[in-house]
Amino acid sequence: MIMSSRETILQAVALNKPDLSDLPDIDLRLTIQYQDPINQFVSMLEAAGGKVYYQNSGVELLNDLAEVKAEGKFMINLLENSGNEEWANLKAYELEALDTCYLRAEMGVAENGAMWISEKQMSNRLLPFICQHLVIVLSPETIVNTMHEAYQQIDAAANGFGVFIAGPSKTADIEQNLVIGAHGARSLRVYLVGDEI
Amino acid sequence: MSLKNHADAAQEFIRDEARTDWHDETLWFVRHKRDKAVNTLPEWEILRDWASRIKNHTLSNLDYYLRSFEEKAASNGIIVHWASDAEDHNRIIHKIIADNKIEHIVKSKSMLTEECHLNEYLQNKGIKILDTDLGEYIVQLRKEPPSHIVLPAIHLKRQDVSETFHEHLNTEKGNYDPQYLAGSARHHLRERFIESDLAITGVNFAIAESGSFVVCTNEGNADMGAHSAGIHIACMGIEKLIPKTEHLGVFLRLLARSATGQPITTYSSHFNKPRPGQQMHIVIVDNGRSRQLGRADFRNSLKCIRCAACFNTCPVYRRSGGHSYHSTVAGPIGSILNPNLDMKANSDLPFASTLCGSCSNVCPVKIDIHEQLWKWRQVIVAEGYVDKGKKAGMQGMAWVLSNPRVYRISGKIGRWVMRIFPFMVNNRLNVWYKQREMPKAPEKSFRDWFKENK
Repeated sequence: MIMSSRETILQAVALNKPDLSDLPDIDLRLTIQYQDPINQFVSMLEAAGGKVYYQNSGVELLNDLAEVKAEGKFMINLLENSGNEEWANLKAYELEALDTCYLRAEMGVAENGAMWISEKQMSNRLLPFICQHLVIVLSPETIVNTMHEAYQQIDAAANGFGVFIAGPSKTADIEQNLVIGAHGARSLRVYLVGDEI
Repeated sequence: MSLKNHADAAQEFIRDEARTDWHDETLWFVRHKRDKAVNTLPEWEILRDWASRIKNHTLSNLDYYLRSFEEKAASNGIIVHWASDAEDHNRIIHKIIADNKIEHIVKSKSMLTEECHLNEYLQNKGIKILDTDLGEYIVQLRKEPPSHIVLPAIHLKRQDVSETFHEHLNTEKGNYDPQYLAGSARHHLRERFIESDLAITGVNFAIAESGSFVVCTNEGNADMGAHSAGIHIACMGIEKLIPKTEHLGVFLRLLARSATGQPITTYSSHFNKPRPGQQMHIVIVDNGRSRQLGRADFRNSLKCIRCAACFNTCPVYRRSGGHSYHSTVAGPIGSILNPNLDMKANSDLPFASTLCGSCSNVCPVKIDIHEQLWKWRQVIVAEGYVDKGKKAGMQGMAWVLSNPRVYRISGKIGRWVMRIFPFMVNNRLNVWYKQREMPKAPEKSFRDWFKENK
């Protein structure tokens, strides 16, 4: 009888695996705690090519929205209505011309400037990637120290898709020269504002 | 297929001295960025230890985790396939393409699909895959394999890229600006993403408890493909598994810092379910991995997370280039993985090292790479895969070094010859003379000197 690949693989693995060893305890008392996590978050994100607005950011955000609207470019604002069905079903060719997308991130990570956005917040998985310019609104109170703490906060498997974003898309594939704007968004603006907006 | 061995291919690579120096310095710069990133975390060594133990544990219960992953992924609506070898992997993907009458395929970086030679397999059936990682796109246009698993086009200069793009994308001749060149590729590939109906990606981590998988990129190409196309196929080796979501915290902290010195990649995408109306497939591939799992001395090479820190730090890799390793995964880690795939064809690779141990020191999952290189050498010699000259030389050397009298006499003769007839050693027949001056021979040995002066 010929075994399926599945059976062959599982059998070989079971036969060849070493004796069972233990998982380590991930003790979060051993991982870095920043004196000023928000400041750390801002400096990491700026080092990665993002622009962060912290002071007077509520007003700055409204100005940003008004400016892009005035330019008359294709924009999608998910800050108020992320469950919008209209956006959810748009295909790549319909989103090709998308200039700016506004959305809210669930939480931020101080050690690397990453922000968690789940499918619930983006409504359409393509939006944060296909837009030319991405604008993320984040409540500064949600910023944690490390990725370990981040995974305690979020439920990464709760939705069909989720992503940590830590800057605009970039590449250094030509002679290690940093180029901002590879295949995803060409710029990232982040507004640190509370939930009131 | 007859391939040059590492030493011969390296000799060709270093013929252009300026370019060799540039290659060496560029990769050393990446290593330096890694150090800077690592030094910001006081717990770095603790993280390495956790990562190593999580991977060891996973390997020690891998059949359980594979079953668990399969079950959860299937209940999330993902179609799971199993492939024993490269042929199996390629056949599965071809069937999905044929069944769905697919025309436009984009692929983001996946070293596994390179290992399986998927592009060539499909090309022979008249199907073209477009590589979308900028570095891979460049080498694909040039019909070259990647020379580095993280930086696929690191062997090329901007002038090379400019000429390639001028030929294929009709970019301005002589424009060497990386911003312009990358921008042209972006523009061209956007159209391909939008028209694509099938996207292939790799997998960085697969989570057993949730059936999810994580893909990390800086360019956003994996996401542009996967979220545009109606079908997404993710290809993973059986060793990509980790037990729990919380373990991602450990690995995502290590991966990008080790790879490029970034604190994290721009995008860390967590795929749990297909989007409505989308088909999502996972191909779980063995291709020799379960065999490696059974080799006690070499099994922990399966902990590798493909960061390439060992490439960037390796004095031999930096000065011989990725292509001289004639394998998908070059560098020190490739030199311990490839002999498992084909011992004869890769018998030269474990010798392409100084055994300095720098690779083991930077490895984020604590693989004892340099010790495995040394162990592979012993296996390869025992199996008779080492060339006759090297074998005879080593046996002669072993005889001399284990007989004190013979050793003293040969030392005396050697010193005399080098003093009186230097051309006897300073000639092309002596491989030790290649690219170095032989030292001046001392009058007497240390032993004689010590006897007189003690």
